[in-house]
Amino acid sequence: MIRLFSKTSYDFLRFWRIAAAITVAFVVVGLATFGVTGGPNYSIEFTGGTLMQLEFKQAPDVAVLRSTVESAGVAGAEITQFGEATEYTVRAQDQASVDEQEAGAEGIAKKIETALTERFGAGEFTVVRTEAVGPKVGAELRRGAILALILTSIISLVYLAIRFDWRFGTAAVLSLVHDVVVTLAFIKIFDIEVSLTVVAAVLTVLGYSANDTIIIFDRVRENLRKFRKATLYDTINRSINETLGRSVLTHATTLAATLALLFFAGEVLRPFSIVMAFGVVVAVFSSMYVATPLLLFIEARYPRGDEDKNHRRGAADEMQALAAAGAGAKGGAASKARKPAATR
Amino acid sequence: MANIRNRLLLILGCVLVSAWALFPRTVIERVKRDGVFVYDTVKRVPLKKGLDLQGGMHLTLEVDESKQAVADKAEALDRALKVIRQRIDEFGVAEPVVQKIGTDRLVVELPGIDDPERAQSVVSEAAFLQFQITDRTQALERVLARLDQAAAAAGIRSGTQVATGDTARSVGVTSLFGGDSAAADSDSAAATTPATPSAGLFTSNVAGGAVPGQYVVPIEAYDALASALNTPSVQAVIPPGKQLKWGSEELVAGNQRYRELYMLDAKPIITGEYLIDARPNTDPVDGNVVTFTLNNEGGRRFKNETAKHLKENMAIVLDDKVMTAPVIQSSIGRNGQITLGGGSLQAAQDLALVLRAGALPVPLKITEVRNIGASLGQDSIDKGVRALALSVLLVIVIMIGYYRFAGTLAVAALALYVLFTAAVLAGFDAVLTLPGLAGFVLSVGIAVDANVLIFERIREELDAGKSVRLSVDEGFRHALSAIVDSAVTTILSGAVLYQYGSGPVRGFAVTLIAGVVASLFTALFVSRTFFMLWLQQTRGAKALSI
Repeated sequence: MIRLFSKTSYDFLRFWRIAAAITVAFVVVGLATFGVTGGPNYSIEFTGGTLMQLEFKQAPDVAVLRSTVESAGVAGAEITQFGEATEYTVRAQDQASVDEQEAGAEGIAKKIETALTERFGAGEFTVVRTEAVGPKVGAELRRGAILALILTSIISLVYLAIRFDWRFGTAAVLSLVHDVVVTLAFIKIFDIEVSLTVVAAVLTVLGYSANDTIIIFDRVRENLRKFRKATLYDTINRSINETLGRSVLTHATTLAATLALLFFAGEVLRPFSIVMAFGVVVAVFSSMYVATPLLLFIEARYPRGDEDKNHRRGAADEMQALAAAGAGAKGGAASKARKPAATR
Repeated sequence: MANIRNRLLLILGCVLVSAWALFPRTVIERVKRDGVFVYDTVKRVPLKKGLDLQGGMHLTLEVDESKQAVADKAEALDRALKVIRQRIDEFGVAEPVVQKIGTDRLVVELPGIDDPERAQSVVSEAAFLQFQITDRTQALERVLARLDQAAAAAGIRSGTQVATGDTARSVGVTSLFGGDSAAADSDSAAATTPATPSAGLFTSNVAGGAVPGQYVVPIEAYDALASALNTPSVQAVIPPGKQLKWGSEELVAGNQRYRELYMLDAKPIITGEYLIDARPNTDPVDGNVVTFTLNNEGGRRFKNETAKHLKENMAIVLDDKVMTAPVIQSSIGRNGQITLGGGSLQAAQDLALVLRAGALPVPLKITEVRNIGASLGQDSIDKGVRALALSVLLVIVIMIGYYRFAGTLAVAALALYVLFTAAVLAGFDAVLTLPGLAGFVLSVGIAVDANVLIFERIREELDAGKSVRLSVDEGFRHALSAIVDSAVTTILSGAVLYQYGSGPVRGFAVTLIAGVVASLFTALFVSRTFFMLWLQQTRGAKALSI
């Protein structure tokens, strides 16, 4: 029987300063790139514009391809190889092109195709994919995506607040916010194109990370009830250690699936897979080093006052109070370590 | 023990239902045979593939208000939807979708089409047909000078050097067209138009054509003239009751290309609303044509009007472009014909089709096009299936390698998980998209999480010295709250995605939700039953390989 990380007792929380420094550094670098090069690289869906994926019989000369597209009157197009040497994407996303599509989204694609047919011949290439989006539709989609992100966070907050108490809920949601910010920084630093699919990946990362946090918090809640004399610090460390085996296994299988997507599912899904792979790492990190330290801080600032009094009154009273609070009460007398904070 | 039997029966029932839901069945659908769409029965797995997997086109259309405001958009869109649906039905597309989104948008999805450009024009062409008499009063010549002034005032100049008075060429053009048409006896326009050097935009570029009211413009000056004619101050100069419209095609004379411009009586003698039938045809003289039939009322009007205008030219105007302007030799009744000039037979077929289905009640513009070739779709499926197979394989290796016997139980549950998820997708008629496929691959990795949670818990209970039977029970019980919590949060974010995502991303949300539901069932119920069965068979084993 293989057992990884069973009965461990690492002091994970000890490293929270280092962890915080890493996160802050990463976010600062991400934000700095936002400051230097502007917003993220939005896809056609969000900005409007035209994207054509072309498959040539023979690998074309990129310079010729570029000059042909320019001769069609599309000045600011970006031409990149897409996977194989015979496949290229032409992306007209500049303001002039987008504005032109206000009158009809199909115009630019038609112009480019006509020019290419004249230059390369009719049977020499096929347009395997066209995406042309007018500016209005793009703006609407962008609004929808931002709304979806905010809404997911709010819904998670409400749900966690109902299932746990507000301290756990707030810690979990703040760590979700951390996940979004860090993932955005990652997207920006590695210049990944933000499409709807990538937004879907970010939302999946959110769900996955929330899941991870819930599992640790669930254990914390249980251990608070079980070991009432232990400090919250120790209880959290114990909970992380106890769930370590599960974490390793689940992240391994998820990462396996993600890597399968990354390497075998093709070019179209690559941005999605990269964000997802990063997301698995973020989920591990944030549930251990963001959510739990936050919980510790929140408890220190807003301790469970009434339960604290109960604790001083004695174990029997505390049991009563816990029973009265029912399943909703998140047990656990505040630890001795918290007491000074409580009386302050 | 009856409990276990009932559980097994329930699982077996679910497996049978799922298998039935996924079994290839005969459905009646439109299929393409020798280039023609026919209804036929085909056998296929009832999983719907999205446009990005099977190839096809997605169009979003909006009311085009750039020319004139539309009062009741919603109502006009309803009528437009009917017209488009009829056009598509005749065009022949397997399982098209035509939908109104909100109050101002139409979404058209055309799976499996191979000529996107043609499909686009069939959908979005207004097909507004008008018959207008060409002007014979030289109305244009009389206002040319004022047009020049208005254009100059509006700051529009010819972008090329044509305007620098290429008199010789202008004269050449005039005589060219004057010469080759004996019928153009009233072509007095020719005399008036030779341009004078350094004259204005209109004077120097507009030359008289072959028939009254027809003019030609060198292709280089077309852009400048077209934008001038779109300027309100220039339009105001055009005499009341008259209209200027461009011809549909280019003319070539020598190595110079021209566009035609027509001065027409603004009031059409009749419009396409009376049309009841239109057929493509090939005429030995005129090439490809569309012959049309009007209804009785339209025929009567047409006859009266054409009788009034005998020997004059009647322009056939489609979507504000003049197709032809033949001379009315005798009064015309219910039947007429539109000559397409150099158009192909296919163009004639498409024109007949859109005329039959009727004009769009409002002009529409395309705000979004997504077109995926069928080969790219198939490629995506192949790669997606490869990634799916690989991830399943990796998960199997990890689970069995780590949990041994219990791992095999989990893998068996996972196999059922894949089956159930696919069946739920088929059952709800969900559309499988590329991101959806990715979601499926991902959910295989995530689905084992529930099993892992349970197994780790069982291990802990065993470590605490509890019996195997008790450990299994406790393991499932204690893992429950974490599993449910995480499932709910995933479902909630999936629901948000479904609400705010479009096409492909919705597919992702649907597979994510279906996957979580299936994983709840397999982890909490199926795995549990397997454990119960195993405990029963071994009569409460002393050791569990986990």
